[in-house]
Amino acid sequence: MPDPILQLKNLTVEFDTEDGVVHAVTDVSWELAPGEILGIVGESGSGKSVSMMSILGLIPTPPGRIAGEALFKGENLITMPKKRLREIRGGPVAMIFQDPMTSLNPVLTIGNQISEAIKVHNRGISDDDADKRTVELLELVGVPFAERRVRQYPHEFSGGMRQRAMIAMSIANNPSILIADEPTTALDVTIQAQIVEVLKAAQQETHAATILITHDLGLVAELADRVVVMYAGRVVELSDVFAMFDKPGHPYTVGLMNSLAKLDAEQDLLEPIPGQPPSLVTLPPGCAFHPRCQLSQGRAICRTEVPPLRPFAAGVGGHVSACHFAEELTAGRQHAEAAGPVA
Amino acid sequence: MTDPMYDRNVMQHSSGSAPQPAMAGGMPIGDTSQAELAYEAGVELKARSQWAYVRMRFFRHKLAVASVIVLLLIALVGLFAPQLAPYGYDEINLEAIAMSPTLDGWHIFGTDQLGRDYLTRVMFGIRTSLWVAVMVALLATLIGTAIGAVAGYFGGQIDNLLMRFTDLILTLPGLAVLLTASVYFGAGSPFKTGLILAFLLWTAVARIVRGLFLSLREKEFVEAAKASGAGDMRIIMRHILPNCVGPIVVFMTLVVAVAILLEAALSFLGFGIQPPNAALGSLIDDGQEQGLETWWLVTFPGLVIMLIALCINFIGDGLRDALDPTQRRIRA
Repeated sequence: MPDPILQLKNLTVEFDTEDGVVHAVTDVSWELAPGEILGIVGESGSGKSVSMMSILGLIPTPPGRIAGEALFKGENLITMPKKRLREIRGGPVAMIFQDPMTSLNPVLTIGNQISEAIKVHNRGISDDDADKRTVELLELVGVPFAERRVRQYPHEFSGGMRQRAMIAMSIANNPSILIADEPTTALDVTIQAQIVEVLKAAQQETHAATILITHDLGLVAELADRVVVMYAGRVVELSDVFAMFDKPGHPYTVGLMNSLAKLDAEQDLLEPIPGQPPSLVTLPPGCAFHPRCQLSQGRAICRTEVPPLRPFAAGVGGHVSACHFAEELTAGRQHAEAAGPVA
Repeated sequence: MTDPMYDRNVMQHSSGSAPQPAMAGGMPIGDTSQAELAYEAGVELKARSQWAYVRMRFFRHKLAVASVIVLLLIALVGLFAPQLAPYGYDEINLEAIAMSPTLDGWHIFGTDQLGRDYLTRVMFGIRTSLWVAVMVALLATLIGTAIGAVAGYFGGQIDNLLMRFTDLILTLPGLAVLLTASVYFGAGSPFKTGLILAFLLWTAVARIVRGLFLSLREKEFVEAAKASGAGDMRIIMRHILPNCVGPIVVFMTLVVAVAILLEAALSFLGFGIQPPNAALGSLIDDGQEQGLETWWLVTFPGLVIMLIALCINFIGDGLRDALDPTQRRIRA
């Protein structure tokens, strides 16, 4: 693996609230290689977004508390002076937000907002040049008649077009890291497919390493090279995307996959993961997933010891899992496959 | 060519002989000029900017439009008082003392006890009063917006400090402060009177702007602006403030009305603008000293004050309705 462009080391984010300390992100470590696409999946509240917001300094502290390191090209984003961090935000590290309906300023034209993003990071650029670049960017993300559309306001754009504009804004300064926070969640399915194409195009244009935060496993399978699965603020599985879909190493990942509707199988009911995500204030002791885990079957170690991320028997090429019994999972699956398909 | 879909599209498109490359699956591919035309037609239909809607809603507010016209006329009279007035504002004519309104010599508002033409005096009064009011409104809005924006955006201790200061100003008994201040700073010039009034009137704007900033700073587009590297100053000026323009403008109009009335009250009590300068309030003050026989000295400037305040309030009403994008229905 080449030198990572972004390296998280034991990133921990906590919030002081009246109900106690919320452990939003606990001890998260991973690396991002230049140009790769890393998917982060997990339920709502599993710490996906918070971990990314925290490294960009978008978490107010207090009440937030951030520990650990986030090294961007060797510079620690967490301890960096605010001024330097502001140069990085929107410059080399850019972000695409979830909801294009609310992430665009209603009283500024689309062109205004994109050229604004350009001007923030290129002091002294002429208005003409910024406007030209804006039109280029909009054309790149597939907004038709960009020259006229730049003069329109967000309310004159459809949802898909707004998300395209958001993507144009995020790649305006040729970022080397692009953080896409659930870029398709607020859109309907047909538009989602188009936005995926735009994301691919944007990534090819900038060669930016991309962090794709989502709970859409389909999107991960489509775009990502590697996957981080998060549960209750911790990384529970980290793997190459093919390895994960082939041989998931954590019962939570298996649960996520089982809860998807399958196109190739007859299915009356979806199979949800039983129970609810735990409260982040009072996390279950041991493995946070054990109360919902079908593999644990009440074994003591699941309730007492936090499982570390570790390679496991069936895992290949850096496939790690935080389950005490990851081997059983793959063994059980092989067993089932050997027994043939169950009707 | 045998593709049925292709054929159908050709039929739709070619009125001439040459088959054009046309639509596939409903997406325009080759024929951009036509698509552009269609697009342009669409734009013609819906390209009403935010401001076009605001204008439209405002113009449906009949009372507000009428008020704008009346106020504009009054303002023009004030602005061009030196050119329009039939006499000089301090021109004394001892042969025409305390005349009731008459067509004789065009003293249609009468004359005062020194024989000065009252129509002229009222015109100059309008000039002074409006000048003070506009200055107060601009100044108060500027101070209020700055303080409200900083308090609302940064929050915490800064907010606490600024808002307690605002509360302090609000609790001051306005008239008493005005009277004291005008004694100490030697009121009399319209500029000083304006300064003192602005110092008392910015609080309402500050509170409104703070409230707006408190809610707007949590919006996602502010977070997006932060994430794209914008600094605090840029976010305040470029991203949040334009969202507050509506309420600020409305409040500015209301401050104009309040300023006119307060300035009149101050001048009436003899602490505002001093003779020979004429302000509407000081004209009434002059008039009431003469007793009820010379009723016109009180009535005409009083009516003008009423008319101005009324117009401004109606305009404020119209603006509030017009600038509120959530308000679909237009009140008549």
